[in-house]
Amino acid sequence: MTHFQGTLLIAAGVFTLLIAVSALGAWLKLVRAEGSPHALIDNMNLRIQAWWAMTITIGLALLAGRIGVVVLFAFVSFTALREFLTIAPTRRGDHQSLVMAFFVALPFQYFLIGVEWHDFYEVFIPVYAFLFLPILSAVKSDTRNFMERTGTIQWGLMVTVFCISHIPALLNLHIPGHEHRNAFLIVFLVLIVQGADILHHICSRLFGKHQIAPQVSPSKTVEGFVGGIATAVILGALLSWMTPFSPGEAALVSLATTLMGFFGGLVLSAMKRDRGVKDWGGNIEGGGMLDRVASVCFAAPVYFHIVRHWWST
Amino acid sequence: MYPNHFMQRPVPEAVSWALTRFTRLITGAQARWIGCAPVPVQRIYFGNHNSHADFALIWASLPTPLRRITRPVAGADYWNASPLRRYIIHEVLHGVVIERSREGGTVEPVDVMAAALERGDSLILFPEGTRNTTEERLLPMKSGIYHLAQKCPHIDLVPVWMDNLGRLLPKGEIVPVPLLCSISFGAPLRLQEGEDKDAFLARIRDALLATMSTARPSES
Repeated sequence: MTHFQGTLLIAAGVFTLLIAVSALGAWLKLVRAEGSPHALIDNMNLRIQAWWAMTITIGLALLAGRIGVVVLFAFVSFTALREFLTIAPTRRGDHQSLVMAFFVALPFQYFLIGVEWHDFYEVFIPVYAFLFLPILSAVKSDTRNFMERTGTIQWGLMVTVFCISHIPALLNLHIPGHEHRNAFLIVFLVLIVQGADILHHICSRLFGKHQIAPQVSPSKTVEGFVGGIATAVILGALLSWMTPFSPGEAALVSLATTLMGFFGGLVLSAMKRDRGVKDWGGNIEGGGMLDRVASVCFAAPVYFHIVRHWWST
Repeated sequence: MYPNHFMQRPVPEAVSWALTRFTRLITGAQARWIGCAPVPVQRIYFGNHNSHADFALIWASLPTPLRRITRPVAGADYWNASPLRRYIIHEVLHGVVIERSREGGTVEPVDVMAAALERGDSLILFPEGTRNTTEERLLPMKSGIYHLAQKCPHIDLVPVWMDNLGRLLPKGEIVPVPLLCSISFGAPLRLQEGEDKDAFLARIRDALLATMSTARPSES
């Protein structure tokens, strides 16, 4: 299959699916809810709208090429970091660390991705931001909750900037026999992780009985977990044609990726509970950016390292 | 609808538009009208004060018809200190500038504010008098708002609670960080007949805290 045919096939598949679920959502709203407010159906229709927006944005970014993808995910990181630090327990003495996090660390990380400086973008935030940001807070000599404050700022940068930046970094890999097709690695990752999320949601609604961590997230169940992961593994094997993986390998990669995605969602839910908020970016209707990308945050670096270690040169 | 007292000249209008957009963008705040509706009637908006950006956020959160008749009350010592600040406060925000530390002979601040109310303008003011940089949620209320309510007892006082602005631009910092802020408008109150100063100031304080707890239900 050529690059062009592959692109057409995936676009046709995704848009057919979107049109089908949109039609289903509109039908449910008209017939089952008779046009009146209905929590479950309205929530589903909001999600479908978000998928349309996400599909079109990612599609346009991929069409715009490398710069488009880097800029898109820099924007995703910015929004997610903003939501994360909004509920972080920082104090006045951290102001300059926060300025550096938003206006230096974030753009510089994406600059390094853009110029393919692999050795540096893998250590910039884990080593250099880690060392320098606490210095800026310490010289303000406010020691109250110092450990919690610096830990939280670093954690926010790691999860919202470092982890998410591994999605555009997939474009930097050199895979023999897979030249000019790296954009498919991004599409594959997003489809697998989103697919697992959606099927988890559906299976939990239909069969969910045994909660995994009820204190953290009452909607995550064993039944949803099994359904979501199993679907993603099958979907991964079916979509292996767009990747350098064989169907069996694609299934294993999907398994590792969606496991990380699932537990990423769980960890970020635990953080929300700790800070007493229901959604990230609480003043946006229907939750924020970090709610949408929680799973992919944890999945992206692991997926990146698997592909880099076993497939790239 | 009140007559518009200020000529709309193109340059200050453009600056006002840019300031409004910039404030909304950097704070990410959407106004929540919890205790009253965003209608263009004469009011006194009183808010908690953590940052210079407080003015800008209340100003930017008002829909245009309300913004046209609303004037922030500002301290002359800060706002008259440089040409840029003077331009912003007089030409763009149409502020009511008052002398905070008076030496004999100048006009009573309350009289200046009352004169603006008599023209039909709404006011934005901060009853704590100065920015709160402490750990406390609110500083003690100054008596100015009580004297103003005595002079104009027929005007609604609307509490406004803003969260996170002190973190966005703390006192003494220049570069704001784009943390998400929130702004909520609570239920209006008026001076009651025979109410004394302490009782009224306590109600003003309670109204601000009540607006805060409806704005963040998890901490109530």
